Amino acid sequence: MLRFIFGRLLVLIPTFIGVSIIAFAFIRMLPGDPVMLMSGERVMAPERHAQIMAELGLDRPMYIQYFDYLVGLLQGDFGKSIISKRSVLTDFLTLFPATVELSFCAIVLAVALGIPAGVLAAVKRGTWLDQTIMGTALIGYSMPIFWWGLLLIIFFSGYLGWTPVSGRISLMYFFKPVTGFMLIDSLLSGQPGAFKSAVTYLILPTIVLATIPLAVIARQTRSAMLEVLGEDYVRTARSKGLSPFRVVGLHALRNAMIPVITTIGLQVGVLLAGAILTESIFSWPGIGKWMVDSVFKRDYAVVQGGLLLIAAVIMIVNLVVDVLYGLVNPRIRR
Amino acid sequence: MPLLEIQNLTVEFPTISGLFRAVDGVSLTCDTGEILSIVGESGSGKSVSMLALMGLLPSNARITADRMAFDGKDLLSLSARQRRTVIGKDMAMIFQEPMSSLNPCFTVGYQLGETLRLHMGLNRAERRTRSIELLKFVGIPAPEDRLGNYPHQMSGGMSQRVMIAMALACNPKLLIADEPTTALDVTIQAQILELLVRLQRENGMALVLITHDMGVVAETAERVQVQYAGQKVEEQPVSGLFRDPHHPYTAALLASLPERAVIGERLPSIPGVVPGQHDRPEGCLFSPRCTFATDLCRREVHEQGPDFGRALCNYPLRIGIPMGHPTLSVALAGEDA
Amino acid sequence: MAVSETKTAAPPSGLAEFWFYFSRNRGAVLGLVIFLVILCLAIAAPVVAPHSPTEQNRAVLLLPPAFAAGGQLTYLLGTDPVGRDILSRLIYGARFSLFIGLVVVSLSVVSGVLVGLIAGYFRGRIDTAIMRVMDIVLAFPSLLLALVLVAVLGPGLLNAMIAISLVNLPHFVRLTRASVMTERTKDYVIGSQVAGAGTMRLMFLTILPNCLAPLIVQATLAFSAAILDAAALGFLGMGAQPPTPEWGTMLAEAREFIQRAWWVVTFPGLAILITVLAINLMGDGLRDALDPKLKRS
Repeated sequence: MLRFIFGRLLVLIPTFIGVSIIAFAFIRMLPGDPVMLMSGERVMAPERHAQIMAELGLDRPMYIQYFDYLVGLLQGDFGKSIISKRSVLTDFLTLFPATVELSFCAIVLAVALGIPAGVLAAVKRGTWLDQTIMGTALIGYSMPIFWWGLLLIIFFSGYLGWTPVSGRISLMYFFKPVTGFMLIDSLLSGQPGAFKSAVTYLILPTIVLATIPLAVIARQTRSAMLEVLGEDYVRTARSKGLSPFRVVGLHALRNAMIPVITTIGLQVGVLLAGAILTESIFSWPGIGKWMVDSVFKRDYAVVQGGLLLIAAVIMIVNLVVDVLYGLVNPRIRR
Repeated sequence: MPLLEIQNLTVEFPTISGLFRAVDGVSLTCDTGEILSIVGESGSGKSVSMLALMGLLPSNARITADRMAFDGKDLLSLSARQRRTVIGKDMAMIFQEPMSSLNPCFTVGYQLGETLRLHMGLNRAERRTRSIELLKFVGIPAPEDRLGNYPHQMSGGMSQRVMIAMALACNPKLLIADEPTTALDVTIQAQILELLVRLQRENGMALVLITHDMGVVAETAERVQVQYAGQKVEEQPVSGLFRDPHHPYTAALLASLPERAVIGERLPSIPGVVPGQHDRPEGCLFSPRCTFATDLCRREVHEQGPDFGRALCNYPLRIGIPMGHPTLSVALAGEDA
Repeated sequence: MAVSETKTAAPPSGLAEFWFYFSRNRGAVLGLVIFLVILCLAIAAPVVAPHSPTEQNRAVLLLPPAFAAGGQLTYLLGTDPVGRDILSRLIYGARFSLFIGLVVVSLSVVSGVLVGLIAGYFRGRIDTAIMRVMDIVLAFPSLLLALVLVAVLGPGLLNAMIAISLVNLPHFVRLTRASVMTERTKDYVIGSQVAGAGTMRLMFLTILPNCLAPLIVQATLAFSAAILDAAALGFLGMGAQPPTPEWGTMLAEAREFIQRAWWVVTFPGLAILITVLAINLMGDGLRDALDPKLKRS
C-alpha cells in the first residue's frame, strides 16, 4: 500500500512542475512586464524601472528566473500580494478553511442525498419515481448555479427572511478563529446562538454548491447500479435467497461504489470551480472569492500563487481518492 | 409425487419489437436422487426455464405455467418472501461463469457464511467450521487459507468449487447446475462433473444439469430432455436417447458428435441457426433446418406419445426412419428391408 | 402442440434503429423540440423580437412583466433598469449562447480528436507527453483556469470562447485516446493494416468512425457546459461585455436589483437553464441510442 502511494506521488512530480511552469508563464504572458503590472497606473522613470527589474532579478534569462521561482516554491515562498504586500501563502491558509468548510458540507450533502437517490432510481427503473429523480437530477446538472444562488436569496432571504444573504456568521458574534472552521469555532466560543447563526449562514451556499455534484453523483450511482444489478454475482446473491435489501444494499452497492468514488473524487475540481461562483454570490470569504477579487484588482502575484496552491490541493485530493479507490476495490489492493 | 414438477411453462420478455418467447410450453419432472439433463444449443431456453423456477428472472419477464411445484409446495402461489426461504436452502443453483458469479468485493468465507447465517442461523464459529468442512468436501486444498481469499485470487475451477460449496451449504434437495463446466478448461471439466455426480450420490439430492454438450450428458445423466428454440422436443432415458433418438434434431445433434464420426469423412453439421425473434417460422420450429420437413411441418406440429419420447415431431424417427412420412418412410423402409 | 403466435418482423437497422431508440426517450424528443425552437428564435431574432435589444425606453424603467401587476403588454417579460425589453434581449441572447456553444465545441472537438488520435495511435513518448500536458490542464478547476486565461487575454466574448475551448480540450483528448486504444488492437484494424492501408487511412477512415459514438455524446455535453461556462464568465464580468445581451452578462447587470425587481434576475437564468437542459436531454437520448451497452433488451 505504501509503495502504491509512493508510486502515485512520483507521478505527481512532473504534473506539479508543469503546473508551476504555467503559473510562472502566466504573469509573463500578460501585456507589459511584471514591474509595470506591479506599479499599476503610476508612471515610472526608465532608470527606476531598470533598477527594480535588476533588484527582482527580472533581467536575467527566463530559465534562471524559473529556477529561482521553483526554489522559492520549495521553500514555501508563493509570492507577495502586490496590493496588500502580505504573503500569498498566509492569505491562502487563512481563507482556505472557509472554502473547505463550505465544500465539505456540500459534498456531504451531495453524497448523502445523491447515492440513495441513485440507488432508488436504479431499483425502480422505468417507474415514475425513477423518472422524477432523474428529471430532477438533470435539472440540477443543467443549473447555472450563480442564478440558482440568486433565486434562493430572493426567496429564502428576501421573501421569507429566513436566512442571511452574505458572510459566515452574524456580526453579533465575535471570537478569535481557532480552527478556521466556523461551525467548530462557534461551538468552541461557547457563545449562545453562535453555532445556530453559523449554520444559517452556511445553508444556502451549501445547497448551491452541492447542486451539481449531487446531480452527478445521483446519475452516476444509478448507471453504476444498473450495470452491477445485471452482473452474475448479483444473480448468485439472489439465488442464495437473500432479501432484496441485502442484495441491493450490500452485494450490488459495494461494487457500484467503485466508479462512484472516482466520480466523487472528480467533484473536488467541480466544487472548487463552483466555489468561485458560490463564494462570489454569498460574499463567502474563501479562496474562490479571493481569486476572483484578485483577478479584478489585477493582483497578479496572488493569482499566480493561488493558481498553484489550488492545483496542488486538487492533485493531493486526487491522490487521496486513488488510495481510497484501492481500499474499496480488492482487485487493486495487494 | 415427484420432487420437482413443472407443467407447460412459458416465459416471455418484452422487447422493442414485441414479445420474445424464450421458453414455450416446457414441462419437466425430476425426482430425488435423479440426474436430469436438459440439452440444447444456446438460445434454446434451457437456462431461462431454470432461472424462472428459481425466481431469478428480471421483473419484466412474463412467466406463466399450469403448475410449478417443488417439494410439495406450489411455487406459483408462494409470496416472494416465502419463496426466498426455499431458494438457496432446499433448491440451489450454480452458474456457467464461476469467475463472475462470485462477488469480487467479498471474501470466500464471507460469501459462504452468508448463506449459513441466513438459512441455518449459525454463529460465527459454527459458520467457520462448516465453511471449512464444505470447502474440504468439494476438494479444495488448505480450506482454512482459502476463506480469506478474494475471488480474483482464485482460478476458474477453484471458483466453481466454491460456488458448489455455497450451493451445498444447506444440504439442498435439488441442485440446478447451469452449464457448470462450459467456461472451464477440459481437464477441470471432468473433475467438476465427477464432483457433482459424487455429491449428488452422497447427498441423495436431485440434480438438474443444463448443458449443450452431449458428451457431458452421456457421462452423467440418467434422463435427458432436449430443448430447441424454447420448446421441449424430446425426452428419454440416456441409453434410449443415444441408441434411438426420435426427434430429427436430437438425431442431428448426436450425429455431429466427433466420437460418432466416420473416420475420413466430414463431421456432419446442422445447416442454419436456431430461429431468433425475427425469423421464427410457423409450425415446427425446426422445419427450416430439417431434412424431413414437409408442408404439414411448416403449418403445424404435434407431440408424440411416450413411445416416441414425447417427440415434438410429425414424423418421429424410429431407428433413423421418419415414421408416417409421405415419401421418405416408405423409401427408406424398403431400402432397409 | 401450440403453434407460436409471436409476430415475425424484420430486424430494425441503421438510422431507423437510431431514431427508434432516440424517439423512445420522450425527454430526448422534448429536448430536441425545445432546442429547435430556441435555434429558430435565435436565427429569426430580428424578425421575432418585439424591440431592439439595445433600445432604451427611459419611460419604462424596471417595468414588471405583462402578467404581473403594473405590467404592459408591449413588454411581455418587463424591462431592465435602463428600459430595454427583456424578452428581446433574451431572444438576441440565444444567438450568443448557441454561437458560443458551436464555436467551443468545434474548436475543442477538432483539436481534441486530432491530439487524442495521435496519442492513442502512436502511443509511446508522444502519448506520455500529451497525457502529461492534459493532466496539467485538468489539475486546475476549469472555471478558474478559464477566468485566469481571460484575465491574460483580456475580457470579451472571443477570448472567453478560446479559454473555454482550451479547458474542454482534455476531455476530448482522453476520450478519443481511450477509444482509439481499444479499437487499435481489434482484428478489423489489424486486418486493414495487413492489407496495406496507410497510417492516415487507418487513423481517420478505419479507426475514427468507430470511436464516434462516445465523442458525439461528449460533444453534446460540452455544448451545454460551454454555454454554462460562458454565462458564468459573463456573470463574473469576464465574458461578453455590456451592453451585449448575453444571458450571463445580463444576470451580472441585474444582480443589484434582485430585491426590487425579481424578473430582471429570473428570466435570463431561466433562459440559460432551459437551453442547457434541452441540450442535456438530447445528450441523454443520444447516449441511449448510440451506446449498445445501455440499450434495453
